[in-house]
Amino acid sequence: MGNRTDIAIIGGGPAGLSAAVNAIARGKSVQLMSAAGNNLEKSENVDNYLGFYKISGTELMNKFEEHAAALGVSAMKGRVSNIMPLGDHFLINFGGEISESTTVILAIGVAKARQIPGEADLLGRGVSYCATCDGMLYRGKKAAVWGMAQDAIEETNFLHGIGVDVTLIARGSRPSELKADIPFISGAVGEIIGEDRVAAVTVGQNTIEVDGVFILRSSIAPSSLVPGLETQDGYIKVTNRMETNIPGLFAAGDCTGTPLQISKATGEGLIAAQQAAKYIDAYQSKLL
Amino acid sequence: MSTTIVYPNATEFDQLIAGDKPVLVDFWAEWCMPCRMLGPVIEQIGEEYSDKVAVAKVNVDEQPALAARYNIQSIPTVIIFNNGNIVDTQIGMHPADVYTRILDTII
Ligand SMILES: Cc1cc2nc3c(=O)[nH]c(=O)nc-3n(C[C@H](O)[C@H](O)[C@H](O)COP(=O)(O)OP(=O)(O)OC[C@H]3O[C@@H](n4cnc5c(N)ncnc54)[C@H](O)[C@@H]3O)c2cc1C
Repeated sequence: MGNRTDIAIIGGGPAGLSAAVNAIARGKSVQLMSAAGNNLEKSENVDNYLGFYKISGTELMNKFEEHAAALGVSAMKGRVSNIMPLGDHFLINFGGEISESTTVILAIGVAKARQIPGEADLLGRGVSYCATCDGMLYRGKKAAVWGMAQDAIEETNFLHGIGVDVTLIARGSRPSELKADIPFISGAVGEIIGEDRVAAVTVGQNTIEVDGVFILRSSIAPSSLVPGLETQDGYIKVTNRMETNIPGLFAAGDCTGTPLQISKATGEGLIAAQQAAKYIDAYQSKLL
Repeated sequence: MSTTIVYPNATEFDQLIAGDKPVLVDFWAEWCMPCRMLGPVIEQIGEEYSDKVAVAKVNVDEQPALAARYNIQSIPTVIIFNNGNIVDTQIGMHPADVYTRILDTII
């Protein structure tokens, strides 16, 4: 497999960029992977970040990115869908490619994902989060894709292409990129119905019979991202050194809990990077 | 490829789960990313438990009848058998100890 980096940072917001800058300062090799868009860009006016009174979120974000870029780090764009801890290193599924790293820092911000009734109970029994993983199992069957994520349309086209009788359910009007012969329902999935496997989904007053439903959200719950990761109230559980319950895995920023603020995110990014660097040094001296 | 892992067809599969060792079966496919990420974990278990547990991989594309028999709707799915019966089913990828904890209770 490909080159193994010292530190893989997931998320290119303030926490991830701060971690990247500080990892480089410690002489570690870094790969930074981030989906598009972060919370800071949504902020019109930031009043409480020291040294930058009344700066806009976008401007501040640009400064963070420039700083990291000056040290040679810029985010590879795309979504990480799974991370597998293997004891002494991690495998990372980044847009369908597997990359390797000795340590990982999660800086993924907050996921505002509300679960749909029936979703948790029927997970793996017709409920899936990954069309490219499970799609083949629905060839010749009926499936729905429900999603607000950018890639919902692509995944629907993919499922259609491999022979799944697929319907896209999303808010708003029919997306132009959706292949012409794929049915589209405007709305939101209210409930997933089924005894031991998915039988139907509801959209408003309508019940649509399906064998499977693919739920594509832009954010992935941390515990679905990394198997075995401990969370509390949706936030990743960390020590004051930003260590998670998995050795070599660190977390920083909004994803570790309140206050959801930039200074906290950048501060935690620094701690996580320094702690990851220490972890790597200790690991390497053990190998000698 | 590890020599401790077996790749049974349907007939061999029936013989395997009827045997006297517990069997861990990983249902997977070539195109499934999480399955490929789980692969090293399964191999590691295959090596560690080689004398106590039979570890098998079933490719759902090559053995659709087996996948249908166990109602596999999402991969990876790992099923652990003892004396021919299903002891546990784990859907999705998990760290090694999720599987070894179950194995340890039956060996
Ligand atoms: C409207 C608004 C106004 C705000 N105003 C202020 C303010 O004035 N002062 C202040 O201190 N704070 C403010 N905040 C909060 C601040 O924006 C956050 O605290 C900060 O952005 C947290 O940084 P972060 O790096 O932890 O997360 P984020 O900035 O959310 O970045 C997370 C990044 O991870 C990426 N990501 C997530 N999951 C994955 C994945 N699976 N694979 C790859 N990438 C992934 C996301 O796309 C994103 O780029 C405001 C927030 C909002 C929404």
